[in-house]
Amino acid sequence: MQRKRIAIKNHLEEIRLINNRVIVALAIIGCLIILLLARLFYLQLIQHDVYTTLSKKNWLDLVPVEPTRGLIYDRNGILLADNIPVFSLDVIPYKIQNLPQTLINIQKIIPLSETELTQFHKQLKEHRRFEEIPLKLRLTETDLARFAENQYRFPGVIVKARPIRFYPYGQTLTPVLGYMGRINTQELNEIDPANYSASNYIGKLGIEKYYEEELHGKVGYQQVENDASGEATRVLSQIRPTPGEALHLTVDINLQRIAEQALENHRGAVIAIQPSTGQILAMVSAPSYDPNLFVAGISNEAYQLLQKSPDRPLYNRAIRGLYPLASTIKPYIALQALNTHTASIDSTVFDPGWYRLRNSSRVFHDKKHDGHGMVNLPRAVTVSCDTYFYDLANKLGIKQIDNVLTQFGFGELTGIDVNDELPGIVASPEWKRRFKGVSWYPGDTLSSGIGQGFMQATPLQLAVAISTMANRGIRFAPYFLLSEQQPGQPLSTQSPVSLNPVVLSDHNAWDTIIHAMQNVVSSPEGTAYRRFGQNFSYTVAGKTGTAQVYSIRQNANGEQQNREDNQIPERLRDHSLFVAFAPVDHPKIAIAVIVENSTLAVNVARKVLDYYLGTQPA
Amino acid sequence: MNLIELIQHKIKKPENRMAYHTFFQAIHIDVVLFFSIILLVLFGLVILDSAANENLSILEKQMLHMSVALFVMFLFAQITPSTYQRWSPWIYLAGVIFLIAVQIAGHINKGGQRWLNLGLFHFQPSEVMKLAIPMLLAWYFHRIHLPITTRSLVIASLLISIPAFLTAKQPDLGTAILLIAAGGSVLLFAGLSWRLVLGFGTLLTVSAPILWHFLHEYQRQRVLTFLNPGRDPLDSGYHIIQSKIAIGSGGFFGKGWLNGTQSHLHFLPEHTTDFIFAVCGEEFGLVGSVILITLFMAIVLRGFYIAINAQDTYTRLLAGSISLTFFMSFFINIGMVTGILPVVGLPLPLVSYGGSSMLTIMVSFGILMSIQTHRKLLTT
Repeated sequence: MQRKRIAIKNHLEEIRLINNRVIVALAIIGCLIILLLARLFYLQLIQHDVYTTLSKKNWLDLVPVEPTRGLIYDRNGILLADNIPVFSLDVIPYKIQNLPQTLINIQKIIPLSETELTQFHKQLKEHRRFEEIPLKLRLTETDLARFAENQYRFPGVIVKARPIRFYPYGQTLTPVLGYMGRINTQELNEIDPANYSASNYIGKLGIEKYYEEELHGKVGYQQVENDASGEATRVLSQIRPTPGEALHLTVDINLQRIAEQALENHRGAVIAIQPSTGQILAMVSAPSYDPNLFVAGISNEAYQLLQKSPDRPLYNRAIRGLYPLASTIKPYIALQALNTHTASIDSTVFDPGWYRLRNSSRVFHDKKHDGHGMVNLPRAVTVSCDTYFYDLANKLGIKQIDNVLTQFGFGELTGIDVNDELPGIVASPEWKRRFKGVSWYPGDTLSSGIGQGFMQATPLQLAVAISTMANRGIRFAPYFLLSEQQPGQPLSTQSPVSLNPVVLSDHNAWDTIIHAMQNVVSSPEGTAYRRFGQNFSYTVAGKTGTAQVYSIRQNANGEQQNREDNQIPERLRDHSLFVAFAPVDHPKIAIAVIVENSTLAVNVARKVLDYYLGTQPA
Repeated sequence: MNLIELIQHKIKKPENRMAYHTFFQAIHIDVVLFFSIILLVLFGLVILDSAANENLSILEKQMLHMSVALFVMFLFAQITPSTYQRWSPWIYLAGVIFLIAVQIAGHINKGGQRWLNLGLFHFQPSEVMKLAIPMLLAWYFHRIHLPITTRSLVIASLLISIPAFLTAKQPDLGTAILLIAAGGSVLLFAGLSWRLVLGFGTLLTVSAPILWHFLHEYQRQRVLTFLNPGRDPLDSGYHIIQSKIAIGSGGFFGKGWLNGTQSHLHFLPEHTTDFIFAVCGEEFGLVGSVILITLFMAIVLRGFYIAINAQDTYTRLLAGSISLTFFMSFFINIGMVTGILPVVGLPLPLVSYGGSSMLTIMVSFGILMSIQTHRKLLTT
């Protein structure tokens, strides 16, 4: 009985105890639930905006879309620079389990060069793991077929088509168009990173570089939904890219090709300008190189080969080649002599085959060993009489020579719409003191008079100057851009840019000199008579020049030697120059030709003039 | 009229008022608990359907698990509390033997082994222990007099430690801790002195951060990896950041069902299992989260109601322990997903995808129903 009573008492006590504990447990649970709800309130209401932003950052992505690069046409609408699709082998690293092994396996199907592997590993470090990294650009048909057969073995390796620049005329237009290449670190600092976020290539030289902004267009964007691995699952919206402008150049591709062929594999440059506008019809620098090599990424060996070639194909002779003006300087000096009344048409000089300054023992030789006899000014131009111009230079003085050369645009940039042209040199006593550290001698003036001194000009400057001559003093800046066309817009034509004209006190002086230059070609004693040949259907005025190769002149110690060209090694032979324009009365074309170590210049000009004037409507 | 009769009298009245109660009473289903469970399970399926968007088989399997588990719950509700009481020591003994068996099997297979494959469900002895320990302790405290004496505390601690130790050796420290919690909850209801509870609690809360502070980073990572062997140490921060982003970006009303970007675009890890609450938070917002927590709490509160109204010490302790353990399991999960508790690999009960833990929970609910529905029969 006693035990049972205790048991009942304990039983009630136990109920009370447990119930108390349940109440305490409920209180604790209540507190914890309030804590939990407070936490949710904080996350979902107070911090909602913060987490919404973070969430969007997770899944929303703006993917830039590359604009289509503007096409380039010649003056007749022939396509000079195209965009073609090429197939590249791309790797998406995060999808690949064993990357080194995969690369080895790929190499069994598609050969990979050392350069390609190095490039790939470099890019691998710079890109995120889910981005496509090109392994091999420009797959061949065979590569494509072989990979297609084995594709199932390579998850994460894909073939991708991307547009790439293509120059159908290859090396012919490199001096004009330049080329495109991968954006390098230095360029990366100069471009607008947003606009180039989808672009891998940029214009490196020539028109491609100068008009990069117009050609490139504006980047577009796609708003895409990303999953956690960074792969776009769908496109939500997009801003289409604005394609680049189409450019129409002043160049005539057929004339360009004729000029290139006319050089017959010699080193040299040809520039043809339309005098009435300054439009460049052709600009050749030979030898040239295939710009398409650079677009795909040139191999180091191929590049070294180009760079080390003694013919220097990478060097654009047309705008960067510095040559003595040689005898092509004579018409300008003659013009200045007439203008300053230093000489008249009838001023004669006897040419015994040499010239000597008073109070000087140094003898300056004429190219013609036995001299031209009595020479007046027009004849001096026609026969290119050195003695006459030694005398004239002496009378004019270097200041007057520099004055006329500067007026014709020598010694300064022509302002052509491609980069990297050189200004050349119009030498003066100040110039010599500054750059050579010695004072000007009277002999320097005489050398300048026949264009053999320190004066240097680019073929482009020669062409611009002869074009001014053709215009009787009216000057235009040379240019390539005929018109540009924004997508969906009409062509907007560029107008020529006038420069300060060359004004003479006596306008007849132009005709005097031009007539003398016409005789250079058409008079039997003209220096171009033999080489230019007969039977041409237009009137033409020109002037030849022979630039002595520096080393020879050094060896000759100022003494002219009677040389047989074929006895001298080719690279030491003289350069030949020829500047001309035609027709004489209403010039349609002005041309400057320089052929290194060859006498071909006049022949080249003939071919170019024949073609251009033959195709032009009368 | 003693206290028991008084309480019983109070309960009798509403039950008699409603006719359908007699039907559910007859099949031993507690209506409130049953519908709370059904609502929670249905909401859970809606969330899982979105979380497992691209994988329909997950939803199908979960529905199958659910049906089987509900049926098992129904079966366990039919068994009388006195039967459970009688079988308690034997279930416990069998569980411990199975634990040892799994341990030996693990040695033979040269790898951690936790379960025996029973087709649809994996039979995990440690899951059985989640119920066997509270049952045995309730049985033990029912036999002796309360409150707890030092001797009974030592015996009870031993009874908890043996299976907890065996489970920890599997190694499954997470479940081992849950076993200790389940046993501890019985001790709490059985009147373990507050001084001991507080003392132990304070010691734990004070010493843990201090101990943690003295650990090296690699030791911390080891501890964390030990608690949850499946986790990648590098990803420990990522999980919780993405989970907070999911919940926070959900806002008040959420992004809408199937519109959660965090889960559908795979930013949220484990979004069908441990982190499924974040899917609910993202797609249904604060409203959905509160509804889910309310459903959980309905079950917990009904469990405590059953405990208070139970007839003897055994059923009281057992019902209380089941309810408190259920609360702890969902609270720890949500606390972990919302970033107020450290990340330990515990699923959200009844909502996370997975079969074996669901079965254990449904069995425990079956026992709760048995305690509630057999009560009247005993008294009349």
